[in-house]
Amino acid sequence: MIKILKYSFYDLMRSRWSYVYFLFYLLLGLVLLFLNNDLSKAVITLMNVIIILVPLIGTIFGVMYYYNSKEFTELLLAQPVKRSSIFLGQYLGVSLSLAMSLVIGLGLPFIFYGIFNSDAIGNFSLLLITGALLTLIFTALAFVIALTNDNKIKGFGYAILLWLFLAVIYDGIFLMSLVFFEDYPLDKFSLITTMLNPIDLSRVLILLKMDISALLGYTGAVFQKFFGTNLGIILSSLMLILWVSIPLFLIKRISGRKDF
Amino acid sequence: MISIENLYKRFGKNQVLKGIDLEIEEGGIFAVLGPNGSGKTTLIKSILGMVVPNSGSIKLNGKAVKNDWKYRNNIDYLPQIANFPGNLSVKELIRMIKDLRAHKTTGDKELIELFRLEPFLDKKLSNLSGGTKQKVNLVLTFMFDSPLIILDEPTTGLDPISHIRLKQLIQREKDKGKTILITSHIMSFVEEIADEIVFLLEGKIYFKGDIPALKTKTGQPDFEHAIASILTSSYDKDIKV
Amino acid sequence: MRSPVFILILFLLCFHFGWGRTIEVCSSCEHQTVNAAIEKASAFDTIVVKKGIYKEFNLHITKPLSIIGEDYPVIDGENKGEIITIEADSVSVEGLKIVNVGTSYTTDYAAVRVVKSENFLIKNVQLERLFFGIYLEKSRNGKVLNNTILGDAVEEFSSGNGIQLWYCNNVEVIGNSIKKVRDGIYLEFSDDILIKDNTSQDNLRYGLHFMFSNNDIYENNTFENNGAGVAVMFSKFITMEGNTFRKNWGTASFGLLLKEINDSEIKNNKFEENTVGINIEGSNRINYTDNDFRNNGWAIKVRGACYTNIFTKNNFFNNSFDISYNSKLNDNRFDRNYWSSYTGYDLNKDGIGDVPYRPVKLFSYIVNRTPETIILLRSLFIDIIDFSEKVSPVFTPDNLMDENPLLKPISHDFN
Repeated sequence: MIKILKYSFYDLMRSRWSYVYFLFYLLLGLVLLFLNNDLSKAVITLMNVIIILVPLIGTIFGVMYYYNSKEFTELLLAQPVKRSSIFLGQYLGVSLSLAMSLVIGLGLPFIFYGIFNSDAIGNFSLLLITGALLTLIFTALAFVIALTNDNKIKGFGYAILLWLFLAVIYDGIFLMSLVFFEDYPLDKFSLITTMLNPIDLSRVLILLKMDISALLGYTGAVFQKFFGTNLGIILSSLMLILWVSIPLFLIKRISGRKDF
Repeated sequence: MISIENLYKRFGKNQVLKGIDLEIEEGGIFAVLGPNGSGKTTLIKSILGMVVPNSGSIKLNGKAVKNDWKYRNNIDYLPQIANFPGNLSVKELIRMIKDLRAHKTTGDKELIELFRLEPFLDKKLSNLSGGTKQKVNLVLTFMFDSPLIILDEPTTGLDPISHIRLKQLIQREKDKGKTILITSHIMSFVEEIADEIVFLLEGKIYFKGDIPALKTKTGQPDFEHAIASILTSSYDKDIKV
Repeated sequence: MRSPVFILILFLLCFHFGWGRTIEVCSSCEHQTVNAAIEKASAFDTIVVKKGIYKEFNLHITKPLSIIGEDYPVIDGENKGEIITIEADSVSVEGLKIVNVGTSYTTDYAAVRVVKSENFLIKNVQLERLFFGIYLEKSRNGKVLNNTILGDAVEEFSSGNGIQLWYCNNVEVIGNSIKKVRDGIYLEFSDDILIKDNTSQDNLRYGLHFMFSNNDIYENNTFENNGAGVAVMFSKFITMEGNTFRKNWGTASFGLLLKEINDSEIKNNKFEENTVGINIEGSNRINYTDNDFRNNGWAIKVRGACYTNIFTKNNFFNNSFDISYNSKLNDNRFDRNYWSSYTGYDLNKDGIGDVPYRPVKLFSYIVNRTPETIILLRSLFIDIIDFSEKVSPVFTPDNLMDENPLLKPISHDFN
C-alpha cells in the first residue's frame, strides 16, 4: 500500500491540479491577510472557505482522480498487489496531497504574517486540522461514489449532489425541523443531527473555539454539557475520525467485491 | 497449469459465463477466441482475479485463486488498453512496476532496445502515441520471467516491425516452456502462433483443440473460414430464436 | 464635590494626630485585645495593632478612632458573627487582615460594617473567608480604598457581597480587588458614588450590581468571569467609562445588563468574550460611544422597549451576532460604527462605506425564537437566508441600519 501511495502521491505532486489548488490557497491566505490586516477576521473568513470549499474540492478531485486513473488501476490489479492496498493507497495519495496543499498553501502566508506570535494560532491550527480531516472524509466519500458508479457522468453528479446536500440542503432541513418542532426538547436531536453531517460537525468543532461565548448562551443542559466541557471537542473529534473510517471501510469492502 | 471448473459470471442481468470448464496444460500458446461479448475478457480477468466469479473455481497449479493475490507473481498480463498515470515518465513507470514485483529478475533493458524505446524513456506517458504506449505496455509485461503470460489483444497499434518482434518474443517465451494465453481478432496472427484454440460462444466453451481439429470439425479448408462458419451458424441461430 | 470631603478628612487626620493618643495592642502590650483597646480609648485616639492573631468579634466602635494594623495583624472571628461595627463618624480602619466572619441566614454579618456614620476610611484591609465584606449602611462622605476581598462562596444563598452600599451618599470605592463572593460590589439606593479602578472577578452572581442608585460614576473597573456579569437596574444619570467586561459566560450571563436605566453615558468600555456584551431592557436615552465589542456571542441584545439610544463610534469585532432585537420596532440610532462583518465598499474613499450596514441578522431572530438553532451558526444555509433577509427585510426592523459604517476600526484612547 505504501508503494501505491508513494506513486499516486508522486504522480499528483506533479499534476497541475495540485498546483492550482495549492496556489489558490496561497493566494487566498495572502489576500485575506494583507487586504484586511486583521488576523481574527481572516480566520473567520477562512472557516467559511474551509467548511464549504474543502469538501467540494475533495469530492470533485477524488472522483476525478478515480476515473482518470481507471486504466492504470487495472494495470495495478493484474500485479501481485492486494486490492485494498491499491485503492487505499490511491485514496491516501489523493487525500494527503490535497491536505498538504491546503495546509502548506494556507500555512505559508500565515506563518509569514506571524501567526506564531499571535493568540489566533490555536484557532488557526484547529482550522487546518479540520480542513485536513474534511479532505480525508470527502475524498473517501468520493472514492466510494466512484467505486459504485462506473458511469463517469453519474459519478460526478452524485458527488456534487452529496456535497450540495451536506453543505446546504441538510442544514436547511435541519433548521426547518428545529423551528417546526420548537415546542419539544431538541438539544439531543440537534446534537445528533450535527454529528451525522461531517460538515456540520467540523463547523461545530470550530465554533467551540471561536464562538463559545454565543454557544454558551443557550440554556439546554445537554448543550451546556457538550459545549461547556471538553466533552464537545472530544466527541466531535471522535466522530470526525469515525467519518474518515467508515468510508475507508466501504472502500475496502466495495473494492474487494468489484469487477474490473 | 490452469484448471477452471463450472465457472459462472453475471453482470447485472447479463449472464456472461455460463459454466466454463477448462484445463490448460503447462507449456504452449493458447488462443482464446470468440465473438464480441462471448466472455473472453471476462474469462481472462477471472483468472487474474480482476473479476469475481459468481460460482465455480479457478485453480492455478492446484491452488485456488480466490482471495489470494500473491499468485499474480506468476502471471504477466498485458491489458487491452494501456493508460498510465500521465505525470510519470516511462522510466519511472518501469521502475515502479519493478518495485511492485520486487523479487523478480527483469529483462527490461533488452526489451527497451528491442522496441527502440530509449528516446522515450524520460518522456511523460501522457505525451506518448498509442503505439508507443503499447510498446511500453509490452515491455512491462515481458520484463518479468513468469511461467504464465496473458496477452489481451497484444497487436493493437503496433507497426509491422514491432509486430514481427512481438511474434518472435512470444515464440521465445514459448520455447522456454511457458504457458501463454492470447486473445486477438487478427486471425492470421492467431493461426501463425497458436498451438491450441479455445473458442467461446455465449459464455460456454464451444471448441477446444488445435487448428487442424477445428478445420475438421467445421469442414472448412482454412482457419479463417472455419472461424467464420462457427460465427455464421451462431448468428443464424440467433435469428431463428 | 469630592475635594471638600478630602479637605475635611485631611483636617480630621491633623486633628486627631495632634490631640489623640496612641494605644498599642499586642500579646505583650498593656492591651492584649483590640476590644480592650477600643474600650479604653477616647475619641480621636489611634490604636496600633501589632502583628499577631486576635480571636475577636463584635468590635463596636462608637467614637472617632483610627485602628491601624502593622504588618497585617489577623483578626479571626472564628465564624462567630460580625467583626467590626462602626457607629461613629471619622473612624478609620487600615492594614488589618480579617478572617472567618460568621455566616447566618438571618443576620448579614459583615467583616466591617459602617452604620449611619460620616467621614469613614477603610483602607488596605484584607478580608478572607467572609460572609459580607464591607457593608456601608446609611453612611456618607467616606472612602473604601485598596482593600482585598477574597471569598470562598459556593452557593448564592449562603454567601454575601464584597462591598455593599445601602442608602449611602457620596462615597468613593477605589482600587479594591474582590473575588469569589456573591456580588462583588452591590449598591442600593446610593447616590453620588464613585466606583473606580476596582477589579471584581470570579464572583458567584454579579461583579457589580446596583439598583435605584442615581448619579453614580463607574470608571476603569474590570469585571471578569462573574456568574452573571454586571447588572444595573432602575437608575438614572449613570456614567460608565473605561470599564472592561470580560468572559462572562453562561446562559443568563451578560457583560452588562441594563434594565430601566435612563439618561446615562456608556463610553470607552471594552466588552470581550461575553455571552452577551450588553443586554438592554427598557432603557432610554443612553449614549453608547467609543466602546469596543470583541468576540462576544451577542454584542448587544435589545429586548423590550428601548427608545432614543444612540450608538456611535463603537467598534464591533468578530461577534457571533452584532445586534439582536426581539421586535420589529426601532427607535435607536446607529451611526458611524465599525462593524468587522461589513462587506460594503467605499468608492469615494472618505472612510465611510457607501452601502448601509444592517447589524441585525435574520438568524439572530431565529435563534431568539428557537434557541437550539444556535448550533447552525455560520452554516452556509444560514448565510444564504441572512443574505436574502438583508436584501429585503421581512422579520428584522427595516430601518435599523448604520448609514455610515466605518471601514476602519476607531482607535480609542483607553487610559
